[in-house]
Amino acid sequence: MNGTDVKRPVVPGVRLGSMSFVWRPWLVSVTVLLAGATFLVFCVSIGVGDFPIGVPRVVATIFGHGEQVDEFVIMDLRMPRALAGLLVGLALGVSGALTQSIARNPLASPDILGITGGAGVVAVFLVTASGGAAAAVVSTVGLSAAALAGGLGAGLLVYFLAWRRGIDGFRLILIGISVTAVTEALTTWLLATADIRDVARAQAWLVGSLDNRSWDEVRVVFWCSLVLLAVVTAAAFQFRPLHLGDEVAAGLGVRFSRVRAVLLLCAVLLAAAAVSAAGPVPFVALVAPQVAMRLARHPTPPLVASGLVGALLLLGADLVARAALPITLPVGVVTAAIGGPFLVYLLVRSNLRQ
Amino acid sequence: MLPDRSRIPQLPLKHRMIKGISYVDMSTSAVERPVIRGAAEARRRRAVGLGALVAVLVAGVVASLAVGARALSPAEVWHGLFAAPDSDQRLTEIRLIVQTVRVPRTVLAVVAGIALGVGGALIQGYTRNPIADTGLLGVNSGASFAVVTVIAVFGPTSPFQYVWFAFLGAGAAGVVVFGLSSIGRGAGNPLTLALAGQGVTVFLAAMTMAIALSDLKALDALRFWNAGSVAGVGFDVIGPVGAFVAVGVLLALTTLPSLNLLNLGDDVARGLGVNIALSRTVGIVAITLLAGAATAACGPIAFLGLMVAHVARYLTGPDYRWLVPYAGLLGAVVLLVCDIVGRLVVRPGELDAGVVVALLGAPFFAALVWRGKFRSA
Repeated sequence: MNGTDVKRPVVPGVRLGSMSFVWRPWLVSVTVLLAGATFLVFCVSIGVGDFPIGVPRVVATIFGHGEQVDEFVIMDLRMPRALAGLLVGLALGVSGALTQSIARNPLASPDILGITGGAGVVAVFLVTASGGAAAAVVSTVGLSAAALAGGLGAGLLVYFLAWRRGIDGFRLILIGISVTAVTEALTTWLLATADIRDVARAQAWLVGSLDNRSWDEVRVVFWCSLVLLAVVTAAAFQFRPLHLGDEVAAGLGVRFSRVRAVLLLCAVLLAAAAVSAAGPVPFVALVAPQVAMRLARHPTPPLVASGLVGALLLLGADLVARAALPITLPVGVVTAAIGGPFLVYLLVRSNLRQ
Repeated sequence: MLPDRSRIPQLPLKHRMIKGISYVDMSTSAVERPVIRGAAEARRRRAVGLGALVAVLVAGVVASLAVGARALSPAEVWHGLFAAPDSDQRLTEIRLIVQTVRVPRTVLAVVAGIALGVGGALIQGYTRNPIADTGLLGVNSGASFAVVTVIAVFGPTSPFQYVWFAFLGAGAAGVVVFGLSSIGRGAGNPLTLALAGQGVTVFLAAMTMAIALSDLKALDALRFWNAGSVAGVGFDVIGPVGAFVAVGVLLALTTLPSLNLLNLGDDVARGLGVNIALSRTVGIVAITLLAGAATAACGPIAFLGLMVAHVARYLTGPDYRWLVPYAGLLGAVVLLVCDIVGRLVVRPGELDAGVVVALLGAPFFAALVWRGKFRSA
């Protein structure tokens, strides 16, 4: 090796005008594959049911060339559920990737930022309380909306309690864990003192489910996710350097304090949107970024791939729960039963390779 | 003529020269080591703090014996503990209360508190993660899964019968997590350990929920199990649990010096002669024993281990030889106090200790976090 030999960077950079990024063929191909798989599962999920419809007909109907019968079954009956699964998975995956990146902790997830716990305690209270006020609340605003309000309340409480001259990842997760511990203790206590039939209903809600979604609920989560994902995309170029630490990020021209605050708020709101559509589906937000990281061989949780893994996981779990299992289980249980072992498998495989 | 030696300025013996650079020869002379004045003072303060914690614990034990649905005076407690059986009905009643109700739950609160405190400090050290809790290695979800399975398969049983299944479940989950994280070259790497623990926890929690949702009796048992309580367990359970905890604490204490070095990073620790694999294995066995025994006897008490580990780190600094004893004593004090509070707040009923720990401890902890008292592990 002579002295003039300059080591070429392993991954080439690409510059387009004022934008520049690193060209990672593996990440891109994994993301494209994931997107394709998600679309396929989405279509299969729509096609499966009492009136089975083949994937080509589903695709044709989605793009507006279907028959009238198919159109009714797909667009009016099945689309809300499938779309809810897709959006909830996407929102949870992105939210988890943001949380884990900003907290720089692979155990962090929006589950510990208070949203899940706050929503859970409100829902359990409304289900188990026998008073007239609780029934009135449920009948006027609905259980999901009330729970969403509880989740948002707890999430924003965590956010503002952790705010002290900017958001700090470490402080945020510790405050989040404290608030979550309180809400979980309240939930446990409510469940322990309630009537057992109410407990079964409350527990079913706590696991998260996609049953009986209507267009109204899906519309809310759709527009919320769209706006939030747009904000995240706009901030994404400022996001990458955050992994290098505050000083380096500041040196690279990132207003890290502001970017972090905005992105975390997006993470909280995305998780809240997901809760509003499907209840507190656990674990997706925790598992999806870690799985995406390992599939994409990327040192940090990749945003797009994390969202796609979340969507794929939720849609796949819903499909398995409806089509393959002898008993009916809420999607949250199946998601965890698939996601946990898959994460362990990826860990073991990467350890064997090293 | 030789120069007069006395004219050459004599360097003190301990200064030698190499190529004109003077250095202090540490090998031959009694160089005065710099005395870090703070160190002795800090050591003294930590020892005093430890003594104060023991005193608080003793006071808590006395209070725990006296306070409850029927308040007892210290004299009555003394009598209930040590007096010989006699025919006086009032005194017999007091003896019964003290010996069969108050003493077991007090002992269990202390034992479980120590176990969870020490376990919490260790798990944060071994995973190098400030949000690791004693449930991370799958212990809590393994125990819950075992409880639910036993009830679904054998029908409803009394809580005393599923304690051992819970312990088995907790231990099995711990072994599986450790086994999975040590396959290949990962060998107990903190990140792999934490994520494998999460993966197994997630899976077991899903299975638990699947069973509980399809079996109403299992769900009924699960909701009480989840609350986490130190009441209603007899010495037939506390004895073996105490033995497991004792073994766990002993193992934990032996690993503390190497845990200190491990926290400097694997390479530094290896360079300083730590057998990393051995240290991690012993540490994780200790955590599983401690958390498993406490969880089997009380049910999952979340947050306690995490909280006291941070408070102990704030009080002692990062030296695990001090941190772990502090965490153990703090755990015992907190669990004992929470159990006493739980007896008083919703009279004539009781609030489970696990619930009180979160309701009282978490706001306190959050306030400390907000004031910037804690640093990352």
